[in-house]
Amino acid sequence: MVSWTEKDPIVSIKDVHKSFGALEVLKGVSLDVMKGEVICIIGPSGSGKSTLIRCINALNDIQGGSIHVRGIDLTDPHLNKLELRKKVGMVFQQYNLFPHKTAIENVMMAPLLVLKEDENEVRARARDLMKKVRLEEKENAYPGELSGGQQQRVAIARSLAMSPDIMLFDEVTAALDPETVKEVLVTIKDLAQDGMTCILVTHEMGFAREIADHIYFTDNGVIVEHGPPETFFTKAKDPRTKDFLSQIL
Amino acid sequence: MASRRAHSIHRIQTDLPVLKPFYVPPPAYASASHWLANLPPYTGILLFLPLLIWPFASHAAGEFTMFNAFEALFNWIPFLFTSGFLFNVLISLFSMLFGTLAGAVLGLGQISKISPVRRTSWFLTQLFRNSPWLVILFIVLLALPFEFVIFGVIIAVPDWMKAVFGLSLPIMANISEIVRGAVLSVPTAQWEAAESLAFSRQQILWRIILPQCFKRMIPPWMNWYAILTMATPLCSLLGVEEIITLSRQAMEAENNHPELLVPFYSFALGMFFLYCYPIARLTIRLERKYAVKL
Ligand SMILES: Nc1ncnc2c1ncn2[C@@H]1O[C@H](COP(=O)(O)OP(=O)(O)OP(=O)(O)O)[C@@H](O)[C@H]1O
Ligand SMILES: [Mg+2]
Repeated sequence: MVSWTEKDPIVSIKDVHKSFGALEVLKGVSLDVMKGEVICIIGPSGSGKSTLIRCINALNDIQGGSIHVRGIDLTDPHLNKLELRKKVGMVFQQYNLFPHKTAIENVMMAPLLVLKEDENEVRARARDLMKKVRLEEKENAYPGELSGGQQQRVAIARSLAMSPDIMLFDEVTAALDPETVKEVLVTIKDLAQDGMTCILVTHEMGFAREIADHIYFTDNGVIVEHGPPETFFTKAKDPRTKDFLSQIL
Repeated sequence: MASRRAHSIHRIQTDLPVLKPFYVPPPAYASASHWLANLPPYTGILLFLPLLIWPFASHAAGEFTMFNAFEALFNWIPFLFTSGFLFNVLISLFSMLFGTLAGAVLGLGQISKISPVRRTSWFLTQLFRNSPWLVILFIVLLALPFEFVIFGVIIAVPDWMKAVFGLSLPIMANISEIVRGAVLSVPTAQWEAAESLAFSRQQILWRIILPQCFKRMIPPWMNWYAILTMATPLCSLLGVEEIITLSRQAMEAENNHPELLVPFYSFALGMFFLYCYPIARLTIRLERKYAVKL
């Protein structure tokens, strides 16, 4: 077994380099996340935020540096990606629900097929999760029949059904109407308060400030500046951070 | 009208007629089914029209009148239908069955992660998709033995089985492309969402991707069935006893009067039309239905 204790970072990223062909997208990124921590990654479009969090569940491989998740070495050539992904949930900007399954089937599918759990138990848990994301009355709706915000909450429930240790959120509110953004953010906030380790890429500065333990600002493939929200938002030192914040706030 | 609109957006100032932007409808998806389904239903009756006109046109030609020719046809119709056309249908059904099964395997092979499997599948698909069916049929007919000997038991391979085999090859290749195209038509985001939930590649393909694109494969699949059915007369060139072969034999038995040609071949044409036309219409209907969803 991998030796990992709760005193160690649950996600440890060290000097990660990632290229798509000749284009180097991550140029030496390091960050640690402790269990139960909520961190937000912000930065301009194309700075590599999505690429970075997709590395954490091995959707992207890396060309240099190292990533450890709960002690699992992601650069290990014999890495069992499926075991890793059971522990890391991910929610996407475009929800990506399975359109041929109802909301509750979307939630139940992975525990049934991947974890091979008992159907009745899974159904009970899925019902609880639907309640948690405040969609218990939409259980049998197909994704096409749900609003964007509702779909996104189903997507969150679907990830949570695997009982992950870490949740990754990649601009999960970016495709939503301003009114529906809130319902999704509330869901994430509940999660964070329950002690889930969350890594969020977001453009919602107010939300980041409210919920994050630590904020990272990326630009052009490097982390330019980071810190707890109070200092980050008020005492940013780097001109690029200041520039970005002045445009957004 | 046109010039007023041009004025209103302050772009062109002219008293000459202005060519309005026109909309060229995208070419209808070029498939046999579209062509067939776009024919009006009374085409079937039109096809039989020569049968009705011909007798009067050539009535005076000889002793063997068109009237006699029709009498001959009507005598032969039960035989031509049961031993001929139904056999065409049988050949098409078997070819479709084997072609579909093999094509599904080949199509999945084309998206395999294992490079030799993928390349071989691609090659076979391209090979049989781009060869004339008749050539494939001839090769199969000549290459396959007419009997197998297994443990001293002689198993004869009748020509029609070879024809089924030969026709199922191009069907296989085209179904392979349909499967590949359908799988690739599902956004990669679906793969990623499933991967992030720790589904294995097999599970993703069978539980998430294929169920989503299955419906999309049905119209093109039916289209190929119609094409296949219309291609079964090719087998007559191999001596397989289907409707065209039997029609020729029947005409021979009626002393090869030239007056027989039109009635007999029109009958064959009509049979194919009556069989394929509803399939084509249904194909188009399903295509529309599934195009809206997803
Ligand atoms: N699969 C890929 N192949 C090639 N280039 C890619 C790929 N994915 C991302 N890139 C490139 O990597 C760079 C960083 O992309 P990334 O999606 O990580 O940015 P981002 O910070 O998430 O931006 P946004 O805020 O717009 O989502 C971009 O220049 C992008 O074009
Ligand atoms: Mg992104």
